[in-house]
Amino acid sequence: MTGKPRIGVFICHCGENIAGTVDVSSLAEEIIDYEDVTFSTDYEYMCSDPGQNKIKEAIEDEDLTGVVVAACSPSMHEDTFRKVAESAGLNRYQCEIANIREQCSWVHGEDGGSPTKKALKIIKGTVEKVKRNIPMEPVEREHSDKCLVIGGGIAGIQAALDVAEAGNEVILVEKEPTIGGHMAQLSETFPTLDCSQCILTPKMVELNQNLNIELMAYSEVRNVSGYVGNYEVQIERKPTYVDPDACNLCGDCEDVCPVEVRDEFNQGLTTRKAINIPFSQAIPSSYTLDTEACLGLNPLRCSECADACDADAVDFDESSEFVEEEFGAIIAATGYNLYPKEEMGEYGYGKYDDVIDGLQFERLLSATGPTEGEVRRPSDGKVPENVVFIQCSGSRDPENHNSCCSKICCMYTAKHAKLYKENVPDGNAYVFYIDIRAGGKDYEEFIQDVREEDRVLYLKGKVSKLKEIDGKLRVWGLDEISGERVEIDADLVVLAQSIVPSEGASETSQELNLNLGPNGFYKEAHPKLRPVESLTGGVFFAGVGQGPKDIPDSVSQGSGAAAKAIDLLSKPTLSHDPQVVEVEEDLCSGCGICVGQCPYDALEVNSREVAEVNEILCEGCGTCSSGCPTNALSLKNLTDEQLTEMIHATLGD
Amino acid sequence: MDFEPKLVGFLCKWCSSAGADLAGVSRKNYPSNLIPITVNCSGRIDVSYVVRAFHDGADGVLISGCHPGDCHYNSGNYKAWRRVALLKHVLEEFGVNPDRVKLKWISATEGEKFAQTIKGFTSEIKELGPGPYNDARERE
Repeated sequence: MTGKPRIGVFICHCGENIAGTVDVSSLAEEIIDYEDVTFSTDYEYMCSDPGQNKIKEAIEDEDLTGVVVAACSPSMHEDTFRKVAESAGLNRYQCEIANIREQCSWVHGEDGGSPTKKALKIIKGTVEKVKRNIPMEPVEREHSDKCLVIGGGIAGIQAALDVAEAGNEVILVEKEPTIGGHMAQLSETFPTLDCSQCILTPKMVELNQNLNIELMAYSEVRNVSGYVGNYEVQIERKPTYVDPDACNLCGDCEDVCPVEVRDEFNQGLTTRKAINIPFSQAIPSSYTLDTEACLGLNPLRCSECADACDADAVDFDESSEFVEEEFGAIIAATGYNLYPKEEMGEYGYGKYDDVIDGLQFERLLSATGPTEGEVRRPSDGKVPENVVFIQCSGSRDPENHNSCCSKICCMYTAKHAKLYKENVPDGNAYVFYIDIRAGGKDYEEFIQDVREEDRVLYLKGKVSKLKEIDGKLRVWGLDEISGERVEIDADLVVLAQSIVPSEGASETSQELNLNLGPNGFYKEAHPKLRPVESLTGGVFFAGVGQGPKDIPDSVSQGSGAAAKAIDLLSKPTLSHDPQVVEVEEDLCSGCGICVGQCPYDALEVNSREVAEVNEILCEGCGTCSSGCPTNALSLKNLTDEQLTEMIHATLGD
Repeated sequence: MDFEPKLVGFLCKWCSSAGADLAGVSRKNYPSNLIPITVNCSGRIDVSYVVRAFHDGADGVLISGCHPGDCHYNSGNYKAWRRVALLKHVLEEFGVNPDRVKLKWISATEGEKFAQTIKGFTSEIKELGPGPYNDARERE
């Protein structure tokens, strides 16, 4: 840069958001006297068209070499204002944001403090930075066209199909032996009462038949390295001990298997064999030998299944296969589980056989379930005459359980009550609720229908006690509407159990450096404007892993995540952030300390005995530059000089 | 007159600066003594900056990064951890109370924790009084 810097400072009122606590006009007056600031102004909304034009005109008219926009967080409008700077002929990195809203005006004021003074210091520091910024151009690089989808529930299925339809190769990794997720367990779906499997299984088949999609069921992501566009992923394909191509689903192996364990698909209402297929339409359509349950994969102990298999599909010698693949984008669709019984002390959950959760009730209602769709209670198979549904079991209870609303329970409880009444017209259904949240399309009408047409009795209030007395489950509660105590002798109690992220969410978040929110759900890049993106480039979210949602929302988000992934994969090259480390060779002693500090293997000591940076691999953290004993490394646009001057400016008066 | 400490905070942009933004969005009030400087990673903090800040009159310095295991760049926060631990020893040797430097892990979802951290740190430094060079500056 030649000549003295000419910095323009633009102070945004953000309506009253900043101007309400910060004296914006005095800021503009004071900052004009600061060294190298040659222009300053304030305006109501800098991000508006007239605001952006003010910046553009000033850059051109005042011949500015750098711009500071004092406004909201850079996560909101940094890109907006950098584009403005570019349109007026500056390099985008000659524009910096001074965050005087989220980190100043919004948090000071009521308790006194000095927001205006603080804002001025933040602006001064930013001026010191921007006037030393150098123009930078993005580094272009090749990327992989493949997409990894983690999780084969409805959200992951939708995402995989959309990405594949756009012409990109997809690998879908599913932990369980089949795709389908929880949706496969449901009987009917609200509010239309479509049969869940009837709408899901064609999608499962479509996924399996799509030539762009490779399904890796019973597999897990083991290791992820790399960055957006070039993620290197190791996937473990666990042994099923059954060759899916040879297996003809005759079921002879299952018939002879001597081991019976809890059937996860039926939520423990029935048992399954050690060798099993979760349900008849499972994809891949093949048997899996569960080694945890099997007597030992040892022909000396038991080989009944292998002996019974005419197709010779059972192979005890199979072992895990590790596959390494490169992906441009990753979609995390890891789904949910029910809040565990062990965590609940209330409602006799886990103690009484006839206190069941929502998914168990789905299985009782399902034509493929243990009772073939007839509602019979688990303890004695009797048709229950009085059924109590308890909503918010473990939800909206920050003192004891989860603080969040599980979102789907109001609707599925109404559906459960309706289907029960259709099943047992003479039976009585009672629903204990705190509030009814039926915000979706046609949802409220569904609830009204259940209350009025199906004569389900809704009781506003929480259940205070539940105890088994003389073979009945006595439920005590309060109906807040009538103000009366309620006592019901129930035959069956169904809990709308809270939903929590699956274990996959925490595992995936660790592999991909994702943030998790307070309830363990993925934290999105912006809660409103970037709801399907993570802060890790090229990683997107679909489904309940990001927060409780129903099927339509999960499908929408699956498509949303797919669109984001397609957008990324369709670019001929990706531009790598040019903010990387550079080496001043005269200062470098070739000690190599930096090489060990770099998490990306981006540094090496070359044949001339000086450090060399691979700009594609460098992610710009700057850790090496802080560890260099001779200050030979410096992070572009966040140099030692910039930081020391920023510190100096922020501590001055 | 009440002593109003001058504080500098180096915030990792991926976690703590986003946590500070969340504190803003949630309107969590806290004292305005700390001036934030957002950096790419807590690993970017050369301990000489902390010394520089004291030299320029700071009464306390906060370094805030991602929780162990959550670093956006895999391990920068562990490097910051070690560097700060060493710095505290050095500061003590030079007669500077090491409590004037605080290292905190604050994620993008911990707005409340950010606000509480600033509140706590401000009052801790108020208790400790002016920093090593703040006094000297006033005597000049």
